[in-house]
Amino acid sequence: VAAGLDTAERLRPGRPVRLRASGFFWRNPWAKAVLLLAPPLLAFTLVYLASLVALFISAFWTVNPFTTEIEHIWNVDNFKTLWEASAYRTIALRTIGIAAAVTLADALLAFPLAYFMARIASVRTRTILFVGVLLPLWSSYLVRVYIWRLILNHDGVLNWTLGKLFGAHLGIAYSNWAVWLIFTYVWLPFMILPVYGALERVPHSYIEASRDLGARGWTTFRRVVLPLALPGVVAGSIFTFSLTLGDYVTPLLAGGASSQFIGNVVYDSVGISNNVPFAAAFAAVPLCVMAVYLLIARRLGAFEAM
Amino acid sequence: VRRRVWIVAAAVAAALCVPAAGISHGNGLPTSIGKGEGQLNLIAWEGYTYKQWVTPFEKATGCQVHSKFAGSSDEMVTLMRQGGGSQYDGVSASGDAALRLIYGKDVQPVNVKLIPDWKNFVPQLKSPAHNTIDGVHYGVSLQWGPNTLLYNTKLVKPAPSSWSVIYSKKFKGKVTVPDNPIQIADAALYLSKSQPSLGIKDPYELTQTQFNAAVNLLKQQKPLIKKYWALASDEIDLFKSGDAVVGASWPYQTNTLVADKAPVKDLIPKEGATGWADTWMLSAHAKHPNCMYKWMAWVSTPKVQAEQAIYFGETPANPKACPIMNKLSPGSAAQYHCGASAAYFNSIKFWKTPVAKCDNGQNSCVDYTKWQQAWTQLKG
Repeated sequence: VAAGLDTAERLRPGRPVRLRASGFFWRNPWAKAVLLLAPPLLAFTLVYLASLVALFISAFWTVNPFTTEIEHIWNVDNFKTLWEASAYRTIALRTIGIAAAVTLADALLAFPLAYFMARIASVRTRTILFVGVLLPLWSSYLVRVYIWRLILNHDGVLNWTLGKLFGAHLGIAYSNWAVWLIFTYVWLPFMILPVYGALERVPHSYIEASRDLGARGWTTFRRVVLPLALPGVVAGSIFTFSLTLGDYVTPLLAGGASSQFIGNVVYDSVGISNNVPFAAAFAAVPLCVMAVYLLIARRLGAFEAM
Repeated sequence: VRRRVWIVAAAVAAALCVPAAGISHGNGLPTSIGKGEGQLNLIAWEGYTYKQWVTPFEKATGCQVHSKFAGSSDEMVTLMRQGGGSQYDGVSASGDAALRLIYGKDVQPVNVKLIPDWKNFVPQLKSPAHNTIDGVHYGVSLQWGPNTLLYNTKLVKPAPSSWSVIYSKKFKGKVTVPDNPIQIADAALYLSKSQPSLGIKDPYELTQTQFNAAVNLLKQQKPLIKKYWALASDEIDLFKSGDAVVGASWPYQTNTLVADKAPVKDLIPKEGATGWADTWMLSAHAKHPNCMYKWMAWVSTPKVQAEQAIYFGETPANPKACPIMNKLSPGSAAQYHCGASAAYFNSIKFWKTPVAKCDNGQNSCVDYTKWQQAWTQLKG
């Protein structure tokens, strides 16, 4: 019998090791935390922070304009160009302006829908709406931008419909209006979900209490629901704002003669003029904008709502 | 800033001294083409690596062709230099990129004796200044042609005969031009005829005053522009949907649109046209040089020359292609000026890189870095 047991033990050599390991982690709970956190922390510092530092350092180098080789001479020429050339200021302001407009439009569109989903709709309707909100995310982003191009074209679906109904024509294809519209569409789900989450967490008893104290529907909404849901809106705005700020595909495909974004200049600097230092310098602009934005968002309690 | 200007000047001076110093690559050229490496990575203009002549090449040589389309000469130069320059084996460089690649040591000399059809080329494309320096060939000429004026025949009436149509308010919001700094030369070419007092002789050699006039013209044009197109397919989309009705183009777009039954036509306006003369060049760090040699030999043969000429709408370097062009599409040899006279060849202002040193030897011309900066500011 003893010999038989021995063979069985040898057939499952993993078990004692596993037992020993589990015993070790039970005795030393800190080891478990280290093991769990090490891979993501390592990835975060190496992949994310290190590349950000590399980006920032290379912004202080220049490129030899003839050979396009990077010259490791420390200077602030790139930032000086950014500050002095009015074109780059216009591009930065355009990018931030459209990102803000997209965020505002998404907030206005998402709030009623999220409110309906969270507080009014039945479970069945809510499921259907959820699928509806998430369904566009199943298709490629590029496909959706190209579809919008077809819709907005001179002889596209929109103008065909307008022409049949009112004999009117809307020439917004390849313009900043088109860029704003497409961004508003593609980032809408990222606003709806956090707003929904925030609204769902507003206790029903608060609303009842507000009514008991004599507040009407609008007052309750303004003084109870909205303040409690605001962190959710701000959380959603982080997504819509930062995604628009960093994008270059939509302006490239659907923009017009003056639709350059910061991302387009970065893309051209790397892909066409081979000027990585300048691209890095310009890429630092949205980074700073986002840092300020996140500080404000934290003040408004967005991080508790995510 | 002054230091940078100095570096540019030094680099340009150094570059200009190179031919004088003589590049001695005469020895070390391969004397025969070895076995193909199985792969070939190319940077090409859209339409230059069409399956009609790529598939038979792959079958004949076993070299699998992978091509990356570039939208401008600047992009071609950058792609050739990225990743140490060994990513691509060859590039279909136009005259304005070719010299930058040669002086940047991104391409290597080629033994034209290994290209059997080279001796059949028209004389002006055997050793043109844009790819041959001191008798050293840095590539094999391919095709050439003009940049044309494309218009919608239904909506642009009467038919235009001058480039003025892309600068006039009549078609506001319906004009499209390439997203390319070399477009400044097109404006300069138009000004050389419409404002002779500026004294523009060569659209690539502009003094500061002439340059400013050209950039101002493009600034006035900007509100008329629907979109600056980056890829040929973008312009095709714009004309198909009716968002643009007139614009600067390549014959390739016209051919594709006409094949799709779009009501378009193109022409060389009375002011003349800028144009390109392209060269297949071999990367200095090519991983598959034998396949690249085989490719250069393949695209120089009359049949492939004729096929590409008709598909893209350009003129072959090899006049033996002319009869085949007519066989493939009657009348096409005359349409694309196959075997054209030197006079017609000289009437086109071929793309070249603007440098500070003008033809008269003075350093009073505006160099290409300034062209790029002006273009970025203009688009902003």
